Amino acid sequence: MILPFTDRTWLWLAAALYLAGFIQGSIALFKRGRPAGGATYALILLGYLAQLAGLGLRGRAVGGCPLGNAFELYQFTAWSAITLYLVVGATFRLSLLGYFTACLASTVTLVSLLFPSWDAGQRVRIFGHNPWIELHAALAVFSYGVFALLALTSLMFLLRHFSLKSKRLGGWFSFLPSIRDLDHMGVRLLAAGAAILGFAVAVGAVHWARPETVVNLEKVFVTVAVAGAAFALLLLRLRGILLARRFAVACLILYAAALLSLVTVEPGRGRVPARPDPVAR
Amino acid sequence: MSNGHLFVIGATHHRTPIEVRERLSLDADGTAALRDQLAALPGLREFTVLSTCNRIEFYGVAAGPEVAEHVGGAFCRRQNFDPVEFARFRLDLRDAAALQHLVEVAAGLDSQMLGETEIFGQMKQAYAAAQAAGNTGPVLNRAFQKAFQAAKQVRTQTAITAGQVSVANVAVELAGTIFGGLSDARILLLGAGEIGEKTAKAFQSRGAASLTVASRRLERAMELATALGASALPFEQREPRLAEFDIVVCATSAPEIILPGSAVRAAMARRPARPLFLIDQALPRDIDPAVAELENVFLYNLDDLARIAEENRAAREAETLKGRAIAGEKARALWQQVAAQVTAPSSPPASEPARTSASTSVPETR
Repeated sequence: MILPFTDRTWLWLAAALYLAGFIQGSIALFKRGRPAGGATYALILLGYLAQLAGLGLRGRAVGGCPLGNAFELYQFTAWSAITLYLVVGATFRLSLLGYFTACLASTVTLVSLLFPSWDAGQRVRIFGHNPWIELHAALAVFSYGVFALLALTSLMFLLRHFSLKSKRLGGWFSFLPSIRDLDHMGVRLLAAGAAILGFAVAVGAVHWARPETVVNLEKVFVTVAVAGAAFALLLLRLRGILLARRFAVACLILYAAALLSLVTVEPGRGRVPARPDPVAR
Repeated sequence: MSNGHLFVIGATHHRTPIEVRERLSLDADGTAALRDQLAALPGLREFTVLSTCNRIEFYGVAAGPEVAEHVGGAFCRRQNFDPVEFARFRLDLRDAAALQHLVEVAAGLDSQMLGETEIFGQMKQAYAAAQAAGNTGPVLNRAFQKAFQAAKQVRTQTAITAGQVSVANVAVELAGTIFGGLSDARILLLGAGEIGEKTAKAFQSRGAASLTVASRRLERAMELATALGASALPFEQREPRLAEFDIVVCATSAPEIILPGSAVRAAMARRPARPLFLIDQALPRDIDPAVAELENVFLYNLDDLARIAEENRAAREAETLKGRAIAGEKARALWQQVAAQVTAPSSPPASEPARTSASTSVPETR
């Protein structure tokens, strides 16, 4: 045991650190007119480690990837987005992306923590002993994290677009990346998200195709619809049909749809209300 | 009690009009000869000469109050300039105030184009030459080195270098916000006048991939293209080949629109995913203003660029107080460190020997 913390304590700590990153970034932006950069990145990194500890404890308690209820799904999505940000943000030195990521991560994690009912139906070994279906679920939710980052870069694209069209380039607009870089990043993130979700669906399909499996059609439909929407969006972008501002707006809608679909997916499972290992929590 | 002090005297753009600065300016040979004269001045322990197009300044450590006057006198004699007239324009600061001025000059706080960075290199050259010639000693060595450090701090802790303040550089900076790097940006210059040429040169200096010049007079376009290492395009080809370019700089004196909306729409239909940056520096305007509404097209005219340059300049101006506060603080700390050496009755320079001549005259680019 690292510290006598329950999983939720770690996750509260993570949310607090993300929130601190967001507040600190806001102060830097609005008082000093520039993003906090390294400080925001450090706070997000600490939050990420705390979240990793929390999800790790939860994973041990439930005997698998913690994707058993809405709370866990939102936590895992936020964690996935942060994982990507830590790579992308460090590689491209995107200090404003850190600010937006801290905002999104603190919102998602705090909201999920503030509704205890979202975490009421925790179940153990929801994937049975089938590693494929666990992989399917983990990849699918990870792809939603990619879409979260896509939504943030799309938001930044819209801000940069607004600044260029309205000819307001000073202040913190000056810290946004170039519009072409944001567009390229959006296309790559969409391609990555679509590919991961597509792979997740393919892995799941192997399981669903078994005659003994009882398929939740609602869940399958929603997951395939999100994956289909991501591929359709990518195709339209690559064919030059959906571009620039409209593409960015479509990416934001895709993320919103993916986030909402988690609510649909979650109740589709059979609930086991037990909390088998209270010590670990 | 000693009368030793640190001083800076000279003439700068603040109080000296350009006609006078022309008469006061020193070329490399003139600087070298003057340095030899100054090296022989009794009581002048250390000195450095800084000569740029906006200032001629002498930094020195003197044994007595009359020495700075002698430096000014020697300079006026060399330039054949009336010392009484020189006194009207003269900058004359002592001790901590001189050090503060040194830091402010190095940081670009005293420059005509506030926050410009070229002065920093020019000061480094001047100091290096003086040091090599043995004209500096422990006081000026410490003063200049600390001033360079303080100048860097001023630049990083304030926004005095943020944003471009010339129209051509604003255009280049804008291109950066659209394309990121310019290494694959293809530029079309329409018009072979001075304004367009300046902007094209600014793009070239930032590593633009290619430059093509088109003018209503093909021979003039070819002439400019040759001078800039670019290629020329017949003017009538501008519309059909517009899609090949990422940045179009328009600066013709044509009385009517030369890039109509239909041409830009047709070009964008062929390259919808790639942004097009249109810079209209002409008056009357060369580009149909309605194209600003098109997706992935960014149109800026002369007023837009001038307004951004002015905003940037104002933003830099607003940072000067903060910069001066840092400079003042650093100068006071530095004065504490060197005051004892400056005011000591006798303080021979570390490199006392032959104060041989070395040019500190710096190419005038500002």
